[in-house]
Amino acid sequence: MRRETADTANVVQFHGVGVRYEHGPEILQDIDFSLPAGSFHFLTGASGAGKSSVLRLMYLAQRPNRGRIVLFGRDVGTLRRYQMPALRRRIGVVFQDFRLLDHLSTLDNVALPLRVAGASEQDVRKFVPDLLDWVGLTDQIHAKPPTLSGGQKQRVAIARAVIGRPELLVADEPTGNVDDQIAMRLMYLFEELNKLGTTVLIATHNENLVSRLRHPRLHLEQGHLRLG
Amino acid sequence: MFGHRSDLPLKDDASTRFLPWLVAPMVFLCAVALAGVFILSTLINRWDRDVSGTLTIEIAAAPGEAGESAEQTRIRVEQALRILGGTPGVADAHALTQEQLVGLLAPWLGNSELLKELPLPAMVDVTLQPDIPVDLDALGKQLSQAVPGASVDDHRIWLARLIGLSRSIEWLAIGVVVLIGGVTSATVFYATRSAMAVHHEVIEVLHLIGAADAYIARQFAERAFTLGFRGGVVGLGLTLPVLAAIGLGAHKLKGGFLADLSLPLSGWLAVLSLPAFAALLAMLTARATVHRTLARMP
Repeated sequence: MRRETADTANVVQFHGVGVRYEHGPEILQDIDFSLPAGSFHFLTGASGAGKSSVLRLMYLAQRPNRGRIVLFGRDVGTLRRYQMPALRRRIGVVFQDFRLLDHLSTLDNVALPLRVAGASEQDVRKFVPDLLDWVGLTDQIHAKPPTLSGGQKQRVAIARAVIGRPELLVADEPTGNVDDQIAMRLMYLFEELNKLGTTVLIATHNENLVSRLRHPRLHLEQGHLRLG
Repeated sequence: MFGHRSDLPLKDDASTRFLPWLVAPMVFLCAVALAGVFILSTLINRWDRDVSGTLTIEIAAAPGEAGESAEQTRIRVEQALRILGGTPGVADAHALTQEQLVGLLAPWLGNSELLKELPLPAMVDVTLQPDIPVDLDALGKQLSQAVPGASVDDHRIWLARLIGLSRSIEWLAIGVVVLIGGVTSATVFYATRSAMAVHHEVIEVLHLIGAADAYIARQFAERAFTLGFRGGVVGLGLTLPVLAAIGLGAHKLKGGFLADLSLPLSGWLAVLSLPAFAALLAMLTARATVHRTLARMP
């Protein structure tokens, strides 16, 4: 996997980033922060504070109206379209609404990032069942999302986000639909991944989780970011 | 068909399921137009080959009693043959016999003995050398001055008009083929756009987890190829009996001016390759449509 030589200390850098939708007011204003490589952060804030927008900017689902975003040492604003997929593959995303593909089995959903990256079916059969075992979904390997519970879908979404061993993992409320025991187990999975070098940012409402795990927090309030 | 797995549920897609039933009549119409082009082209070439190297000299029957008239006409024919024999570019010139003339008129006037009594004009069949051009105007003037009642019937004048008309029809048929291709392409374009709208969420997920545009486009393109090919085969299935009927009709004509109405081998190959072309067109259109639509995503 390619690593940047320039500014490898920070995987993510936001410089004066502002976002507005249509002609409305800016929901993110002058956002400045950086995530050092191998760090683990929480992103907190009230509903509507702009957590999801920050994450969407990070996983390249939208572009800022102003400011500069640097991912893996590359200014996103200067990237050509054909360069984006390779950058996206370095980022694992857990979407708030899971965004699983209902017509695919658990195995095929989790295997998507590998297949998109051109991995062989041999690798898919080798890595995906192991990960599903880790998140406790071995017995659901052939099940399709509509038959899974909310918590099971959440775990499938997390497995899909981490299967490609991303350098950066962003998760939007990844424990919102699971009980505390499963939530902690998923957090340990993220920490394991973090220990292997993945930079992690988790947006959450769960103060209990934030206080128990003692990772630094980025707090959004009225469109401004405060480091906690 | 391509052996690739698809992450998009395109097989169960109602928005593209109708595609083969639109492609089939397109291929049918295209095949008929294409067959028309090939048949016309063959006809034109045959007319051109058969007629453009020849001309006919008509010499009006000399006035007078039957015996005297025949003798005078024979003298005129010999004069004409002498002139033609000395004209560079004339390969052969021979007068039609009385029997041959009567034979030409028989289909219209019957095989009556009376025909032989009529003062028929003499006809001289002339074959030209293909590599030496002949000034037909000058030859016509020379003949009409030297031989009373002689006139040159140059087939090329009416043949040129006929070929011109045929070429126009040929271009019209080619235009129809191009138009059908355009309509097929537009149909695939809208079907693909519709399928993309239906599967927008799946496409967005694939896009966000790092799928290149080509990865997504390939899945639509392969599906369009399969559907286009199916439609093409159905269209070809409808065409073959029509072409067979035309071939049978042509066979019954057995010679004459409109013979060779059957499709030549190159025509058969072109028509048989239409399903593959339809599939290819559908595939390329779908691929271009997906790329164009994805280009609007961040």
